[in-house]
Amino acid sequence: MKITEKEVRYVADLANLRLTEDEIQAMAHDMDEILVYMEKLGQVNTDGVEPMAQVLYAADETSTLRDDVEHPERRFTSAIATANAPQAGQGYFKVPKVIERA
Amino acid sequence: VNIPSLTISQIKADLAAKIYSAVELAQAALDFAASENPKTNAYLHFSADRALAAARAVDDKLARGEDPGLLGGVPIAVKDVIVTKGVRTTCASKLLENYIPPYDATAVVRLENEGAVIIGKANCDEFAMGSSNENSAFGPVRNPVALDRVPGGSSGGSAAVVAQGTAVVSLGSDTGGSIRQPASFCGVVGVTPTYGRVSRYGLVAFASSLDHIGPFSRTVEDSATVLKAMAGRDECDATSAAAAVPDYNAALNGEVKGLRIGLPKEYFEGLESESGALISRAIEQLKRLGCTIVEISLPTTEQAIACYYIICTAEASSNLARYDGVRYTSRSPQSGTLADMYRNTRGDGFGRECKRRIMLGTYVLSHGYYDAYYLKAQKVRALIAQDFARAFAEVDAIVAPVSPFPAFKLGEKMADPLQMYLSDIYTITGDLAGIPCMSVPCGNTREGLPVGLQILTKHFDESTMFRLAHAYEQSRIA
Repeated sequence: MKITEKEVRYVADLANLRLTEDEIQAMAHDMDEILVYMEKLGQVNTDGVEPMAQVLYAADETSTLRDDVEHPERRFTSAIATANAPQAGQGYFKVPKVIERA
Repeated sequence: VNIPSLTISQIKADLAAKIYSAVELAQAALDFAASENPKTNAYLHFSADRALAAARAVDDKLARGEDPGLLGGVPIAVKDVIVTKGVRTTCASKLLENYIPPYDATAVVRLENEGAVIIGKANCDEFAMGSSNENSAFGPVRNPVALDRVPGGSSGGSAAVVAQGTAVVSLGSDTGGSIRQPASFCGVVGVTPTYGRVSRYGLVAFASSLDHIGPFSRTVEDSATVLKAMAGRDECDATSAAAAVPDYNAALNGEVKGLRIGLPKEYFEGLESESGALISRAIEQLKRLGCTIVEISLPTTEQAIACYYIICTAEASSNLARYDGVRYTSRSPQSGTLADMYRNTRGDGFGRECKRRIMLGTYVLSHGYYDAYYLKAQKVRALIAQDFARAFAEVDAIVAPVSPFPAFKLGEKMADPLQMYLSDIYTITGDLAGIPCMSVPCGNTREGLPVGLQILTKHFDESTMFRLAHAYEQSRIA
């Protein structure tokens, strides 16, 4: 067993993801099977291998930098930025109260 | 107009000869797509206003005697994970059901600048996570070749519209095979360019170090044209490459004699026999065209699935954190506290596969597991990339199957997520290494199910890949 239902609950909490009791059960089963399969990685000797986080190829050092100029056509107003928000007002995103009065 | 028989060059000729106008073509494509779509569910929604406006602009240019662009008047579909300003973009997720993007993806802008006419958004697996298109919140796509079978995934809709003939070409995205596998299942051409060749700006992020945008088409030539139109540096994507974009169409010259082609022996284990026979026949054909076939080894293949599903889920868990009820259209009605809002919005909104990947990704990145899973996977990824680099010191191209089997029946593999992951074995390595790879049709099984041949080349050598694919395609037609 690589993962218990208790650990599934803990990870769901880290991921801000509500799961139903049925989902937790199924998730523990699926994740266990997949994590056991992941043990295959242990078969490979990676001593001294640099981790690869990104695809790299030969290029100028500054090739990913752009000129530091404004692009008015790409400027977002707060009205545009909040247009898809479930709740917005006065140019802000609205969320439930975070700080309660003592 | 018979849309299913059209190619980009045919449209160019027809428009020049005034056989039809771009507006007539756009309207015919919209009508045909709307009438055919109930069979496959390949389109999620249409963009008639935008299509007709783009077509009118093409007609105006033609009337003034101007060049309408590389894709002048060509009806295309765009996978619904690629944003289109003012046109709903759902990622096939309930969470984004009503999302109207405020900007266009760079690939979309570039294709429209070349005269493309976007007629609609193609269905896919939710957030591009899946290998069968059964994870769409808006229903699965059916394979137009065999309606009881899946079209592959995650870009199943993009492959299906081209196979069905309701678009001439389309855009998909590929993170672990999501262009090549559906292309293979539906019998069309599908191309995953070099990582960084096409800007990811406006491609909704799944796994940023692996995500690619690429074309689907019925001919190799059309994919070469679409890639030429959208490739190249974009300052909105820091990972897009500055390397010059060659004229891919000029590479389609049939000169493949003497090309050295590697067959990775690890890619022929576990291959279903009828698919294997079709791949062998394709290899014989390449020999007849004058290619030299050599056996090669990519020894880290066996660990590739484990490597891929750690890296992609880790990146996905991070990328999908933004769908929390604040900015993107959906919020759970049970949002008493901020934490409730996050958890319930995500719990209600994400489908099963997305939840599974968020959980796996969060787990492998969590304290105490990071080194054993994520860091280890990144090192194995480096070894997979080295395998390819070593191989390309010896050969000009690698040829392999795309999928261990042809299109399977709807529902057949949904109960076992690990089995579904394992079906990606031949495609994920190309994404992990970031090299260009494509699927080109190589025949049908006795049941009439298409099989694709995969061609892989070194970074930025799409020209050799297209040249080989085109020579093979033409030799099959002849």
